[in-house]
Amino acid sequence: MKQKFKNLAFIALTGFLLMIAVTLSGCIGEGNSSECPACPQCQECPEKTECRQCPQCSKCLESSGETKYLALSTTTSTENSGLLKVLNAPFEEKYNVKIKVIAEGTGKALKTAELGGSDVVMVHARSQEDAFVAAGHGVNRRDLMHNDFVILGPADDPAGIKGMTDAGEAFKKISESKSNFFSRGDESGTHTKENEVWTASGVEPGGTWYKSVGKGMGDTIVMADQQNGYTLSDRGTYLSMKDKINLVVLAEGDPILYNPYGVIAVNPSKFLEKSGEYKLAMLYIGYLTSPEGQKIIQEYGREEFGQPLFFPDAIPEDVLSEM
Amino acid sequence: MGSADFLIEGLVKALDLILSGDSYLWSVVAVSLEVSGSAVLLAAVVGILIALVLSFTDFRGKSIVLAFINAGMGMPPVVAGLFVFLMLVSAGPFGFLKWLFTPQAMIIAQFLLITPIITGVSISAIEAVDSRIKDTAYTLGAKTLDMAVVVVKEAKFGIITAVLAGFGRAIAEVGAIYIAGGNIAFWDAEADTYTSYTRTLTTAIVLETSKGDISTSIALGIIIIGIAIIVNLMTNFFQGRSRHG
Repeated sequence: MKQKFKNLAFIALTGFLLMIAVTLSGCIGEGNSSECPACPQCQECPEKTECRQCPQCSKCLESSGETKYLALSTTTSTENSGLLKVLNAPFEEKYNVKIKVIAEGTGKALKTAELGGSDVVMVHARSQEDAFVAAGHGVNRRDLMHNDFVILGPADDPAGIKGMTDAGEAFKKISESKSNFFSRGDESGTHTKENEVWTASGVEPGGTWYKSVGKGMGDTIVMADQQNGYTLSDRGTYLSMKDKINLVVLAEGDPILYNPYGVIAVNPSKFLEKSGEYKLAMLYIGYLTSPEGQKIIQEYGREEFGQPLFFPDAIPEDVLSEM
Repeated sequence: MGSADFLIEGLVKALDLILSGDSYLWSVVAVSLEVSGSAVLLAAVVGILIALVLSFTDFRGKSIVLAFINAGMGMPPVVAGLFVFLMLVSAGPFGFLKWLFTPQAMIIAQFLLITPIITGVSISAIEAVDSRIKDTAYTLGAKTLDMAVVVVKEAKFGIITAVLAGFGRAIAEVGAIYIAGGNIAFWDAEADTYTSYTRTLTTAIVLETSKGDISTSIALGIIIIGIAIIVNLMTNFFQGRSRHG
């Protein structure tokens, strides 16, 4: 009887030690990196993503060892629109880096970066970005790209804003008709912009028609769609979802709806143990703002959605088009 | 869109995803099981040890410790997640580990969440052991360690139930791993698919629903309910054993 218990205890203890070993070696979810052949042999890599390419023969270099990680905190719009997976893949392959994309609202993304939870931020609220840099949390901010915000609503448009080009006036009509309006309510870039538009409209929103949902862009659009309400969305997220919803673009084109994205490296002097990550962050920013990265931004969405979702800003578009 | 066509369509696509062995879907399942399984293993060892110590010793402040364990059993997952986030972020005390947004961070968060559950339920199971068994063992000259062995043997089905309860809680929670793990998946351009890194069944459902990808959400939902049913059946089985024998 006692023997039986000893066996049980032994199994539990062995499992426990194994678990610790696995955890400490950090192997969970990463897969085992296999050794790559050295360059002179020029053999095909068994697992390309684990290896670097040789600049001469474009075949494999020996494995650079551990895969490096770069944590990017960004907005839900860049991730949900599908841009990041296309934009990050060439960078990850070239430099044997895995980019950990943490998609959250702009406010939360900047807070995560401020606390050192991420190494680089890609967000869209210029006022918050400037404050972030001014406070010494970030360095080397670059303009990356832009698109614009659109006011979405049900096709029957109870507030009667269809075709309006003054966003403030459109918001005022929505508030006067007491139509449901869905606000992100999460200090995201879109929420920041929405507040700017309400200020321009001269209306202080409130009451049961104004619903602050505290969720990402996709969720907010789905909620507005379900309850025939209005909402403010970036064009990219709207285009990526428009086949699944009934909402349509009712008002657009106001200069206030301009939506610029910036990319900022976390200040390396704040977290000394992260100097390696800072170098990677700068490499990433260099890539994003290079002709290669900007071209990908320029092309993304043309095929799938019939129009670009974002417009590159780091390199003038006419220069880029000639390249 | 008036009818429930989208539901049927979503369900059909979901079953197809599951049966075709969609690699994104199964990578999410694998991360879920690895994270929750590791957390349960750790929590079981620690929780059962604490339960034994508390059951066999008496000391000042024991009631306070028990009160903490009971309070911990109801800890909201998001609080555990927030705590781990604040500890592991670079500005926090354990930032040097660089464990934030990794599976390790998720294991720690779930460990904090379920250790009190396993401890609490194990204590109940140990206390439910007939006191005559303890007395008999004692009169036969058993020392504390021998008594512990006897009691654990008697309470083993209850303890297994405690571990299963912990696993059920871990696999179904979303708040702790969302904050500590960051819901990350890597895009593999060559395979044209995502592979989960810290994305689990529950956090993936949150994300896919927000993107409007209903069929993937349904597929994930079916799998997690399947796991929950299996855990429940096992719990029932062991509870039955502990009552009858």
